[in-house]
Amino acid sequence: MRARAAGDFRGRLESTILTPLTQSSRGYYALVLFLLAVVGWGFYAFLVQLRYGLRSTGMGDVVMWGMYLVNFVFFIGISHAGTLISAILRVTHAGWRTPVTRMAELITVVAISIGALMPIIDLGRPDRVWHIVIFGRFQSPLLWDIVSITSYLTGSLIYLYLPLIPDMALMRDRLAREASSLKYKIYSLLAVGWRNTPEQRHRLEKAIGIMAVTIIPIAISVHTVVSYVFSMTMRPGWDSTVFGIYFVIGAIFSGIASIIIVMAIFRKIYHLEEYITERHFRNLSYLLLTSLFLYLYLTFGEYLTVGYKMKVEEKHLLELLMLGKSAFWFWFFVLGGLVLPAILIMFRRGRTITRIVIASILINIAMWIKRFLVLVPSLQVPLMPFEFGAYTPTWVEWSITAAAFAAFILIFAIFAKIFPIISIWEVAEENELEVSPVVRETVERGLPVPERR
Amino acid sequence: MGNKEKNLTRRQFIQRSVGAMGVGAVLLSPLVPVLNRPKTPVSPAKVEPAQKKTRNWTMVIDLKKCDGCVTIDQPAQCTQACIQAHFVPKGQQWIEVYEAELAGGGTFFMPTPCFQCENAPCVNVCPVAATYHNEDGVVLIDHRRCIGCRLCMAACPYQRRFFNWGTPELPPEAALAEYSPIYPVPAVKGTVIKCMFCAHMLQEGKLPLCVNGCPMKAIYIGDLNEDIATNGGEVVKLAKFLDENDAYRYKENLGTQPRVWYLPGHGQDFGRKPLDLRRAKPVFWPWGGEGDRLRPGVWPWKEPGNWTWQEGVK
Repeated sequence: MRARAAGDFRGRLESTILTPLTQSSRGYYALVLFLLAVVGWGFYAFLVQLRYGLRSTGMGDVVMWGMYLVNFVFFIGISHAGTLISAILRVTHAGWRTPVTRMAELITVVAISIGALMPIIDLGRPDRVWHIVIFGRFQSPLLWDIVSITSYLTGSLIYLYLPLIPDMALMRDRLAREASSLKYKIYSLLAVGWRNTPEQRHRLEKAIGIMAVTIIPIAISVHTVVSYVFSMTMRPGWDSTVFGIYFVIGAIFSGIASIIIVMAIFRKIYHLEEYITERHFRNLSYLLLTSLFLYLYLTFGEYLTVGYKMKVEEKHLLELLMLGKSAFWFWFFVLGGLVLPAILIMFRRGRTITRIVIASILINIAMWIKRFLVLVPSLQVPLMPFEFGAYTPTWVEWSITAAAFAAFILIFAIFAKIFPIISIWEVAEENELEVSPVVRETVERGLPVPERR
Repeated sequence: MGNKEKNLTRRQFIQRSVGAMGVGAVLLSPLVPVLNRPKTPVSPAKVEPAQKKTRNWTMVIDLKKCDGCVTIDQPAQCTQACIQAHFVPKGQQWIEVYEAELAGGGTFFMPTPCFQCENAPCVNVCPVAATYHNEDGVVLIDHRRCIGCRLCMAACPYQRRFFNWGTPELPPEAALAEYSPIYPVPAVKGTVIKCMFCAHMLQEGKLPLCVNGCPMKAIYIGDLNEDIATNGGEVVKLAKFLDENDAYRYKENLGTQPRVWYLPGHGQDFGRKPLDLRRAKPVFWPWGGEGDRLRPGVWPWKEPGNWTWQEGVK
């Protein structure tokens, strides 16, 4: 290993990040057990659904999609956190991103995996899911989804793994004493012979750079085609040309909010105050505010353009949303998910991090509700001369939804025990760069880092 | 070369292969009639396959004659005939009689089968080609292929598709029917189902069940290629009939090109007035069952206490 001038910083960093990997508190086990119980209960609910069919849900012939697809859109939305923070910030050389990238990429991978399960749970015949492979036709927007989401999952897994390699090597070297243990073997396997040679570093940087550029269009395509499943139909509210970008912005919006929440949690539990500072929250809150205003703008435009013309079905939808049964939730979304968070972020009074985290939690709750409002009321509007459709989720749907959220946290909890939650080598490197502006400039120009000191 | 290694000459190889094929053919011969069995019940029409023509099936519903069966005080007979002949699962009405509003506040009855659109949104979005047009223009569903994603139901602008949310409750005789996409009986759990223009009847040269079932003879079925249609009583020249009666298609502006035409009216041919207050009587399922409204509770096997009635779900 190279001797480092900032060895002190690195030593502290390693011990802070690596300690939780070897020591687990009783609270941790309690949390894991609780989450496992929730996931288990959700699995039981799914078995009931398999046995009795989708009649165990609140869906019907009129409102034929429900909470499962709301969760699908929500989780796929959250998954955009990773791309934005990691890829866009990497491409733009935003140095402050380094302590946050690992968490963001992890959110992406976990959220896509859980999100992608949702439409399968929603299928009437999950036993025939392989039909999509053998009979799949590309004229269907569902196929676009599948291609896009699987590419995104693959891409994000690679993108999560590549920056992990030097950290895996670090773990391997630290465990060298117990060379026979299973842990050592796993870490050496994952480290793929990383010796931190200049050539290896060059290749890694290059690979990460390529992935960062590749993953941005894939990520945008994912939420675009998720919206296309809806906007390729003639339903009121869905039949919209702006839906692609509306969903993408919504995804980035809720994605940033999620990463802020995850950051705050790990900062507190893992004592990462030195690495994740107020600056990170502030910088992310600027991005959050930008996407908030974009989303507000698109929402405004979306409802104004249909509300001005008042086509019969759109009129029914707007009445349902703004004055009818869904009005409470709609105005909760507008006030609690857009106006209040904007105020919390913009007016700097009180503790910055607390304000931003509260805003993010509000945003994520409101965005889940917003996805519900995009899906269900559009389906409730009758297209034939009959009454509005009704939809009340049953215990099966609530259980599976709870299990999805529990699984999300559970995978995070387990991952955080196996892999360092902060990219040690990148943070250490960034710290050095901050020490020496000359090196920083060299790196930003894409020149190889001189091996000096 | 491989044969030599196994001590098998070319001659032996050929002999044995032919022998094996012969034995196999003898053993499998009982399967021949099974494999040759037609997908649909053998019918007289099948005897003359030479007359097979491509049809352009079209339905015309004369609303002047449709009184929602209120004047005979019966549930809509088209729906009822359809339910009983196709063992339609409870809660689904493949042809449904809606009461729609006229300009002045009166109402008219509108029987609504699947419109078998030429530019069918449901066919466009199906991810596995489980729903498709047959050569006669009818939109069918292959319930052995459908994965139950319900994207077609979202796409249908007429809400004419239904889902088998649970195991359909059917009378025992439904199990005897031989399934085919043109006669989707018995209904398959977890798949989408709808009116298929009685393709099984048309194939045999018979009229669809709603056409036969309508006591007012309001429903015509015809072939645009042959330019002819019938309601079981009279035979009309289709194009002229459509023109002279100001035929229209529901939601024409969507561009779906339905194969079902309406002739405007409110049942006046049978004396029904627009302001008639009589509603259509609800249809019934002779074999009963709970329909799709009963939801399993948390411990569903502890019946019946643990099943809940879900109101308002259609």
